[in-house]
Amino acid sequence: MTDAITEIITPIRLEYRYTPGTASSRFLRKMKEGKLVGRRCPSCAKVYVPPRGGCPMCGVEFGEEVEVKSTGTVVTFAIVNVNFANRVVDLPYVSAEVAFDGSDTTTMVLLKGVGADEARMGMRVTAHWLPESEWDYTLANIDYVEPIDEPDADYDTYKELV
Amino acid sequence: MTSQEVLSAPHVMEFGYTRSTGPVVGAFLTGLRDKKVLGAKDSQGRVVVPPPEYDASTAAPIDASQLVEVGQEGTVTTWSWSPVPRAGNPFDRPFAWALVQLDGADTALLHALDAPREAITTGMRVRIRWAEQTVGFINDIACFEVVL
Repeated sequence: MTDAITEIITPIRLEYRYTPGTASSRFLRKMKEGKLVGRRCPSCAKVYVPPRGGCPMCGVEFGEEVEVKSTGTVVTFAIVNVNFANRVVDLPYVSAEVAFDGSDTTTMVLLKGVGADEARMGMRVTAHWLPESEWDYTLANIDYVEPIDEPDADYDTYKELV
Repeated sequence: MTSQEVLSAPHVMEFGYTRSTGPVVGAFLTGLRDKKVLGAKDSQGRVVVPPPEYDASTAAPIDASQLVEVGQEGTVTTWSWSPVPRAGNPFDRPFAWALVQLDGADTALLHALDAPREAITTGMRVRIRWAEQTVGFINDIACFEVVL
């Protein structure tokens, strides 16, 4: 006889067959090739990364595919201090919303190479890709972003994305 | 773009919830770990298995220290055949879900029944088959089996 039971672990599990659709499939195939692409709205000219089927603001089908750069600007960020299950990065870490150059949307990505207390809006960063042999159909091919030696972006250049 | 260009992949979402049992369910699960089945004697004099946390008639809290042990054999009150077992089911072959009223209990407990389809009848006598290792979970009861 040991101690009384006070807690149980009840597993919740859902198995899906996930289909990303045509726009995201195209994006993920490009990620597999090590390219970050978006598509431009023919009406408002904004570039969405990842691309959707159509522009959520204008309601029209997207036009040309645009390759964006691996450099970008930290538009905003969160410092993660709270532990959680299956965490793979040491605490504290910085989760940044990065606008890659040429994109009019932001992507959430891990910011490394700078202390959590040094992260700031406008910081210029570059994507650190996994080795080519590990590229797959996933945004996780970009392992993290790290700062580059450039002056911070002017707030006016990214204020619409905050 | 043709349909062949659309990607598709398995995607699993899984989360193990840690739940506190509270005193009554905790006592019930502790009992299972020790290969005992406990029920609550309610305000109507009925023995309810598994024990509820509150009395169904008066809404008064059930006192976990007053639980009573019931038998390990019982009677099938109703059942449902499961011809195609699903992932996570207790068996990978066809089996039955059964409501079993254990001896000394006034309510029935839902669990798997390991018996051939043609052997199952309402009113049949069954007993608990305990798991090889009991840990304080409902699966400590591996299933019910036929009393021959």
